Amino acid sequence: MVLLKTMVAYELHPEKWVDQYADYLFNYAVARVSDAEIAKDLVQETFFAGLNSAKNYKGDAAERTWLIAILKRKVIDHYRKINSKKGKAEVRINYNASSDAEGDWLEEQVADPFSKDGASTIENEELGMAIQECISKLPKKQAMVFNMKTIQGMSTEDICNELGINPSNLWVMIHRARTTLMGCMNQTWF
Amino acid sequence: MKISREKAKELCTKSQYGEATWWELLQLNVYVLLFKECADFSAKNRKLTSLCDKANLNTLSESEKESMKKDLEKHL
Repeated sequence: MVLLKTMVAYELHPEKWVDQYADYLFNYAVARVSDAEIAKDLVQETFFAGLNSAKNYKGDAAERTWLIAILKRKVIDHYRKINSKKGKAEVRINYNASSDAEGDWLEEQVADPFSKDGASTIENEELGMAIQECISKLPKKQAMVFNMKTIQGMSTEDICNELGINPSNLWVMIHRARTTLMGCMNQTWF
Repeated sequence: MKISREKAKELCTKSQYGEATWWELLQLNVYVLLFKECADFSAKNRKLTSLCDKANLNTLSESEKESMKKDLEKHL
């Protein structure tokens, strides 16, 4: 029984990664590299790296936190790569081999060199991640419609054509999504 | 003119995207004047819109996600 619980705690679900975490990771990456194409590539690389490192997943952190740690490393690698030709690369890693964290992900102990100054920027990024987290809890179709309408700014007609729904269905879905989001974000942000 | 509470809330959401017709806006405004609960909901709905704007959210398109899924499946 204990063994079974332990095995479940260590389990990864890569087949759900794109649906559950892609947008969350994408927002994190865009905020740091300021380029949607590069950010998309970094998210894809993060998923591949996650698959390759799956055997190292110890279940200490949530799946998403673990993927963010990998992405953080990918962002560092990205900057190191583009700066290396100019001899500008400088990445400081303070790995404490004597602590209890020995053998853990290095990324978890790396001071983020791309942290931004300014409380409002940080707050807006936290807000964005909080919204993405709440969106990831919505039913898939509601999340899809909300994203297309609110974030991508698509027209009602285009969304209806793409998803094969009528405008009335669309507004019901958006309304339900927004009501759930208000509840999800209520305590911290309202 | 009379609409249900749920319909009023839906119209409130639609108005957040600037897509409510003048008739729907009229129905909504009358409802909001009459029912405090709907006014509270409207305030929260406006706040959500402002938070989404402030957060400068980004998302991958469905086709990009599908392509990402296919690539990932090849490695599974």
